[in-house]
Amino acid sequence: MIANILIIGSGISGVAIAYHLAHKGVKDIVVVDQSYMTSGATGRCGAGVRQQWATKANCLMAKRSIEFFHDAATILDYADDIEFKQEGYLILATDQEEHEQFTNNVRLQNSLNIPSHQLSVSEARNIVPHLNPEAFVSATFCPTDGHLNPFKMTDAYYQAAKRLGVTFLFFETVRAISIESGRIEKVLTSKRTILTHHVVNASGGYACEVGKMAGIDIPVYSENHEILVTEPIEKIQGPMVMSFKKNIYCQQVPHGSFLMGRSTPNQVQGHDISSSWQFLEAMAETVCEILPVIGKLRVVRQWGGSYNMSPDRQPIICEAPNLQGYTMACGFSGHGFMFAPMTGVLISEIILKEPPTLDVSLYHIDRFKKHTMDDIEKSVV
Amino acid sequence: MNKEPNIICRCEDVTVEQVRELLHNGYTHFEDLKRQLRVGMGPCQGQNCQEMIRREIATFLGVSIEDVPTHTVRPLIIGVPLEAIKAAKKR
Repeated sequence: MIANILIIGSGISGVAIAYHLAHKGVKDIVVVDQSYMTSGATGRCGAGVRQQWATKANCLMAKRSIEFFHDAATILDYADDIEFKQEGYLILATDQEEHEQFTNNVRLQNSLNIPSHQLSVSEARNIVPHLNPEAFVSATFCPTDGHLNPFKMTDAYYQAAKRLGVTFLFFETVRAISIESGRIEKVLTSKRTILTHHVVNASGGYACEVGKMAGIDIPVYSENHEILVTEPIEKIQGPMVMSFKKNIYCQQVPHGSFLMGRSTPNQVQGHDISSSWQFLEAMAETVCEILPVIGKLRVVRQWGGSYNMSPDRQPIICEAPNLQGYTMACGFSGHGFMFAPMTGVLISEIILKEPPTLDVSLYHIDRFKKHTMDDIEKSVV
Repeated sequence: MNKEPNIICRCEDVTVEQVRELLHNGYTHFEDLKRQLRVGMGPCQGQNCQEMIRREIATFLGVSIEDVPTHTVRPLIIGVPLEAIKAAKKR
């Protein structure tokens, strides 16, 4: 098999990159995945999309991506429903320190035309009446944040990419990338040899390993983040409710279920994505404090998924400095789903050497060469 | 044969016709069907629909049902209210 461009990973990033390249007329694009579509982080994520970040790089990715999601069903000519809703993210400040940090965040977000604002406790309870007023001191709200269905969004990109001639190979594992005289020559999978000079690393939790296959040291690691879903009920909550200090995000999706997750303190690095009773207990305790009425709901199931963490909790989107033809989109630190449209656009621009939509130096791997990182994203659960 | 839609997943009101349409469109893994139709995601977690859906997949692919992978089984075995989990921790 010959591929003009081989994309490793059929999560949201991989399919978005495939679509944007194919849409610009690139032929012979192949996407390879070790399992089924969305089997990795995309299919396990919290399904929220937000623009309320503490760094410019994340704000810009998020804003442009949400603009795409708004029109995605039309742009991609998708017959099914991607279940996009814009009812906001309500982020709780639980002490004075967070309140002041969020004041700065909102100032940054507003400077980038993100319509977030700060709310008092009573204003926040006008939006989500079942919030415990004792659990927070103020909040920030951005009405254009929201939700969409990761399976349907990935499927929309997949179907559009397939119509444009992209080939998808599922249940096929990449084993090696063969480089001769400083140039990518072929990729060996569990089923075949693919001749190609261009590889895109969109392998989510396995980004570090897929980097090593080409001798590239990508400073990312994976860690398990757990999540659960409840039985569905009639709609009672519009926005995602989130707190960094209390360690929770919780949203009612259009189907009626509540999705909620939290990070595990001192989580070990690796590819474990199992479920734990410790998470279940801590999650139940946290949600019962902040959103007491949700405690009545039954948990239907719980699962885990990989956050691919970068040192500054912002994505790495660039061509490898020492290997022409190797591009990477990784280190999303839990936010690859919501940034995917811009990931697709930027990677396609990098490969086709087009003028970039955003300042791509913000996302370049070389930023980690500096001894100090100026800008570390703190708004992460 | 009954012309009415035949419900195969009672938790999510999915019909066998929907399953067959997706099979014809190339979604031939249980996990694919689950992600597109929500079969196996409801309160019974596939305990009612799984065998029927595996049989549909087997028939479509022309393989034995033993060769069709099951979907991933996850905790909890039965739905438990969050506040009951919290209360059990205190004890």
